[in-house]
Amino acid sequence: MNTAKEKKSLLTNDGVQTLLASIVCIVLGLLVGYIVLLFINPAGAGKAITSILKNFLYFPRPAIALEYFGSTLAKSAPLLMCTLSVLFAYKVGLFNIGASGQYAVGAGLSLYLAIGYHMPWYVCMIAAMIGGGILGGIAGFLKAYLNVNEVIACIMLNWISLYGVNMLLTNVKESSTTYTLALRTNNPKALIPSLGLNHLFSDNRYVTIAIPLAVVFAILVWVVLEKTKLGYELKATGLSINAAKYAGMKEKKNMILTMVIAGCLAGLGASFLYLSGIEQWSCSQTAVPAMGFNGIAAAFLGGLHPIGSVFASFFIQHITSGGAYVDKMVYCSQISDLISSIIIYFCSFVLFFKYCMNRHLNKKAERLTKKGGE
Amino acid sequence: MALLLQYTLIYASVLFLVALGGCFSEHSGVINLGLEGVMVMGALGGALVMKYMAALSAAPMIICVILGSVVFGVIYSLLLAVAAINFKADQTLVGTAMNLLGTAAATVFVKAINMAEDPNNVSSTIQYINQKKAFSLVKIGGFEISWFMVLAVVILIASNILLYRTRFGLRLMACGEHPQAADSVGINVYKMRYAGVLISGVLGGLGGIVYITAGVSEWKFENGVAGFGFLALAVMIFGQWKPNLIGLAALLFGLFRALSNVYTGFDVLVALHLPSTIYNMLPYIISLIVLAIFSKNSRAPKAEGIPYDKSQR
Repeated sequence: MNTAKEKKSLLTNDGVQTLLASIVCIVLGLLVGYIVLLFINPAGAGKAITSILKNFLYFPRPAIALEYFGSTLAKSAPLLMCTLSVLFAYKVGLFNIGASGQYAVGAGLSLYLAIGYHMPWYVCMIAAMIGGGILGGIAGFLKAYLNVNEVIACIMLNWISLYGVNMLLTNVKESSTTYTLALRTNNPKALIPSLGLNHLFSDNRYVTIAIPLAVVFAILVWVVLEKTKLGYELKATGLSINAAKYAGMKEKKNMILTMVIAGCLAGLGASFLYLSGIEQWSCSQTAVPAMGFNGIAAAFLGGLHPIGSVFASFFIQHITSGGAYVDKMVYCSQISDLISSIIIYFCSFVLFFKYCMNRHLNKKAERLTKKGGE
Repeated sequence: MALLLQYTLIYASVLFLVALGGCFSEHSGVINLGLEGVMVMGALGGALVMKYMAALSAAPMIICVILGSVVFGVIYSLLLAVAAINFKADQTLVGTAMNLLGTAAATVFVKAINMAEDPNNVSSTIQYINQKKAFSLVKIGGFEISWFMVLAVVILIASNILLYRTRFGLRLMACGEHPQAADSVGINVYKMRYAGVLISGVLGGLGGIVYITAGVSEWKFENGVAGFGFLALAVMIFGQWKPNLIGLAALLFGLFRALSNVYTGFDVLVALHLPSTIYNMLPYIISLIVLAIFSKNSRAPKAEGIPYDKSQR
């Protein structure tokens, strides 16, 4: 490791360590992805990796690149919400793999209200939030009172909500395709306003206030977790449920509340995407939305810190969007899914990596002659 | 009716095999949430054998397909073993990563194969219409017994013996209950946990190939295995980590899964005019209810999910 040469005071900083660990994960993920590409077709591997990493920079004209940058941002906002959802639950010791289902329910309710009942955007948004929250709450309740593993419960809820939403949205779909009716033509007032933000991105109409709003939520999550009594109690419950109970906290209520909040975040995220009009829901979808799973990747890549997740979410969305630019004659766009899943896999080594780094530093500090490492 | 029975049995075989895999892994002390990914990989291994060795006759075909899926499953489960046992990683996170990785890798791989054969073919589907016929053992009217059902029964008996009647099985379970105590009497906990996870790779991979050959003759790898790995985990919990009970639980879940394939054949069910989506949702709803009822008093292996650290003895 060349890191040993740097100053010790900097390296012992937890934030710096997290950043280093994340970068190692990304590099390893890209490296393995590159090897896979070489395996499939050696000729275009380098080019494919660069186009995934370049994403919107693929377009040489700055104006167009800026427009596509806006689109990537517009899709990063919902991803950030899913990331926050996973992160919030994880801080309280719960693994919210159900962000996808909560996201699906959010999408279903917001689109149904928008198209079926011509509701304005803020009503749809709140509905999405409530829907996601209820779904999260079910998983939390099952965990708290009936001891059901939240991962398995969430997966079941994911599939139930996917099928349920498909059924609901079939009522408001285009007659000739499987997609839901376009908001722009059917109910423009359900579109999230842009307040001039679109002019910053070559008039990309998908750039809305959802993007700054998502960042605001990231800060809000940080404040709640770090600066409030509620956050303290929730984290205490996550660290040791019995200790929290002994200290007089309502540990069951805290668990449910956590999952409700996590669900709200994911549900809201879905409304950020679908109410910007950038995508329509396909009612014949047979896979749970990937957004929630990418949220897991981004949460861990961001070092489980709300501000870190802002950058991690952007990065994951960046390479996911970048997947669209690989040469379709040689590779498929799922290459970017592969890379992000490899990154998640390596993220599970982060703790070990940090442990090694700390041990190495400690030993150095103690001037021990034995070498650190494995 | 015969069709319902047939589908119930085949889906029950899948759920039983995969749940048993989870059971072995958890008895050794490692939670294998990546079974879904292992299934996809096993399915890929078997499907590749069927694709490239299409000329084989029935018996070698069955053996090669089983070998292919088992090898893929075992290799893939090594990802979990290394991370969870040697590196003490968060098992939930590793499992999740494996599920995502399994589907993504299989999709990329199959698409690459298809595109190499025909640049215009960008689907992630492998077909095995003729090869599949090798798995049929006997046909009585509309009812078909597949070799895989026989295999599942054999494995049920074998696992009972292995787990409760051999030194290996008892040691394996000791590692999941109290690894420190096991270690103190000279059992290598790391080795045992490796064995548990790799057995789950064998059974998970096998379950994968049985699943994709059940009822269909081509598989689109983009879809993964639609949460079946997790249904199997629900079956395992419902079966209280015991092979015999897991077998019964698998039959029940298999029945609900089979209903979504064949409900149109029952006048009573058709008369209800429920949308077909309801039947798709049914296995998941049932498993949620079952979990809610049976998790309260679950007898999970005590040390599952906790990385074993020799220094904490």
